[in-house]
Amino acid sequence: MTVYLLRRLFQAFGVVVAMSVLVFVGVYGIGNPVDILISPDADQMERERAIRALGLDRPLWEQYVWFVANALQGDLGRSFAYNEPALQLILQRMPATLELAFAAMILAVAIGLPLGLYAGLHPHSPASKAIMAGSILGFSLPTFWVGLMLIMLFAVHLGWLPSNGRGATAEFLGVQWSFLTANGLAHLAMPAFNLALFKISLVIRLTRAGVREAMLMDYVKFARAKGLSPRRVTFVHVLKNILIPVVTVTGLELGGTIAFSVVTETVFSWPGMGKLIIDSINRLDRPVMVAYLMIIVLMFVVINLLVDILYTVLDPRVRIEGKAA
Amino acid sequence: MSLTLEVRGLRTHFFTRAGVVKAVDDVSFSVARGRVLGLVGESGSGKSVTGFSIIGLVDPPGRIVSGEILFRGRDLTRLPEEEMRQLRGNRIAMIFQDPMMTLNPVLRIDTQMIETVLAHAKVSREEARARARDALGMVGIPSPEERLSAYPHQFSGGMRQRVAIAIALLHRPDLIIADEPTTALDVTIQGQILAEVQKLAAETGTSLIWITHDLSVVAGLADEIAVMYAGKVVEHGEVSAVLDSPLHPYTAGLIGSVPSRNARGARLKQIPGMTPSLLNLPPGCAFRSRCDRASPACEADPPMRELAPGRNARCIHPLLPAEA
Ligand SMILES: Nc1ncnc2c1ncn2[C@@H]1O[C@H](COP(=O)(O)OP(=O)(O)OP(=O)(O)O)[C@@H](O)[C@H]1O
Ligand code: SF4
Ligand SMILES: [Mg+2]
Repeated sequence: MTVYLLRRLFQAFGVVVAMSVLVFVGVYGIGNPVDILISPDADQMERERAIRALGLDRPLWEQYVWFVANALQGDLGRSFAYNEPALQLILQRMPATLELAFAAMILAVAIGLPLGLYAGLHPHSPASKAIMAGSILGFSLPTFWVGLMLIMLFAVHLGWLPSNGRGATAEFLGVQWSFLTANGLAHLAMPAFNLALFKISLVIRLTRAGVREAMLMDYVKFARAKGLSPRRVTFVHVLKNILIPVVTVTGLELGGTIAFSVVTETVFSWPGMGKLIIDSINRLDRPVMVAYLMIIVLMFVVINLLVDILYTVLDPRVRIEGKAA
Repeated sequence: MSLTLEVRGLRTHFFTRAGVVKAVDDVSFSVARGRVLGLVGESGSGKSVTGFSIIGLVDPPGRIVSGEILFRGRDLTRLPEEEMRQLRGNRIAMIFQDPMMTLNPVLRIDTQMIETVLAHAKVSREEARARARDALGMVGIPSPEERLSAYPHQFSGGMRQRVAIAIALLHRPDLIIADEPTTALDVTIQGQILAEVQKLAAETGTSLIWITHDLSVVAGLADEIAVMYAGKVVEHGEVSAVLDSPLHPYTAGLIGSVPSRNARGARLKQIPGMTPSLLNLPPGCAFRSRCDRASPACEADPPMRELAPGRNARCIHPLLPAEA
C-alpha cells in the first residue's frame, strides 16, 4: 500500500512538471501582451521599461526557470492587469468556485443516485422511461442555454430565485461562504443546479447501468436465495458494488467541474475563478492564465490521487493487489 | 416415507418478445426426507429453471404458469412473497454452479454469512458469527475464525464453493437445491465436495436435489434420477434401475455418451442432432428429430407412463430392458 502510494505520488509529480512546461510554453507563445498592456501612445523608452519590468525581454527558457523558481515559493507572477500576485488573485476567487462545484457534485449524487437506482430496479416502468428521457436532455442541452432558461423561469417570471452573484456570505475557516446563509443558498441554488445537470444525467446512467448489471449477477441471486430482504439486497449487495464506478467517475468529474464552471459562472455572474480566467484571456493577462492552469493541473492530480485511494478503500480486490505490489 | 417436496405438473414459461419459451413444461417429481434426487439433462433442458421455480426466484419475463410445488405439504406457488422469503435460505437453500460468481466480491465472508443467520434467526451478532464459524469448520475450511474476515477473492474456487455450501447449511434446511455445484471445479475437489455434501445431508436428514449434466456424478450420489429433456421429465426412477436399463431413448443416449461406460479408447457415442429450441416448440415428442425409434405416433405428446414398478418414462416406443 505504501509502495503503491509512493509510486502514485511520483507519477503525480511527473505530471505536474510536464504540464508546467506545456502550460508555460503554450501561454507564452500566443499573442503579445505588450500591445494590450501598454498604451499605444507610450514612447519607445516607456515601452522598453515596461517590457523589462514584466520580464518579457528574457529568452523563453529563462522566463521558465524564473517562473519555476518563483512558483516553488508560491509566486506565480504578478497580474499585468491588476498588478497583484496572480496566485493571490486566484486563491481569492477559489472558494466561490469550489463551493459551486461541490454543491453541483452533491446535487448530482443526491438526485442522480436515487433516480438511477429506481430506473435500474424498475427498468420498464413509465417513471423510469421518463427519468431516462430526462437524462438525455441533461446530456444534450447546452449549459449556457439551460442557465438562461433557469434565469428566465425562476428569476424573471416567477421571481423566486436571484440570478446573479453569491448573495450574503458568512465566514467559516477564514473564508466567505454562501451556503451558510439563507440568502446565499438562494443565490447558490440555480448556478449549482445548472452546473450539476450534466453530472446528474451521468450519475443516473451510471447507476442504472450498474444496477441492471448487478441484478443479473449470481451474487445478487444468491443473496436473494439466502432469504435476505429486498432492502438489504438492494442497499448492501447491489449498491456497494455500483458505488465503485459511481464514486470513481464523480470524483474524476470534480476536477472537470471546477475547470469548466466557466460557463455557469459567466451566466450567473458568479465571482469565481472561471469568471476571472475569462477576463484574463480577453486581456492576455499571462501570469493569471499560467497560475490558473497550474492550479487546475494541481487540482486534477490531487483529485485523481484521492479518487484512487478512495477506490482502493471501496474495492477489496484492488486493495489487496496494491498491498502485494 | 414422508415427502419433503412434491412437484406436480409444474410449468414455468418465459414470455419473451420472440415468443413463449416453455423452459419447464409439465414437470413432476418428489423427494423424500433425507433422499437425493439427481436432476439430469443437457444444457438448456430446464434444470436450473426448475430449481429457481422451487425456491421462488424466477424473474420476469418468466413466470410459473401452472402446477403445484408442495413443500412439506404447503403449496409454494401460492405463498405470499414474504413467507417465501422466510423459507429461502432457511428451510430451502440453493447452491449455484459458479463459485467465483456466487459470493459478493465487495463484502467479507463474515458479513455474507452473518446476514444469512440474522435473516432467519433472532440471535446476537456474536452468536451469528459463532454459527458462521462453526459452519465453515463443518465444510472443512481450515482456521475458520481467521478466514471469516477474508474477502471472496482470497479463496480458491473450491474453497469458495465450500463457503457457499456452509451458507446453505447455516439453518440446517430441509431441502438443498445444488445447481451443478461441482462442474466448475477440478475432479479431485469435485470428489471431496460430493463426499462431504452427501455426508452432511445424511447427518442432518436434509433432502437434496442435485442438478447436473454429468451422469457419473449422479451414479455415485443420488437415490433417484429424473432425466429432463426440452422442459419435460422424460424418465424417472431409482438410480441403479435407470442407469442399468434405461427406458427412454434419450436416457440411453446420455448413458452411451458417458466415458466410463465405454470400452477404453472407443469413441464416445454422441446423440446425433441438437437440442430443439424451446421457443414455440411444436407438439409431439421433442426428441423425435434425434430419435432412431421415432414413428408418426410420436407426433402426439407422449404421456408419462409407469412402464414397470417405480419406473416412469415419456415415450411411445420405450426400450425393453433387454435392449439397453
Ligand atoms: N430469462 C430468460 N428469458 C428467456 N429464456 C430463458 C430465461 N432463462 C432461461 N431461459 C430458457 O429456459 C431454458 C432452460 O434454461 P435452464 O437454465 O433451466 O437450463 P439448464 O438445464 O439449467 O441448462 P444448463 O445445463 O446450461 O445450466 C433455456 O432454453 C433458456 O433459453
Ligand atoms: S416418443 Fe417416439 S420420438 Fe420420442 S423418444 Fe419415444 S420413440 Fe423417440
Ligand atoms: Mg443451469
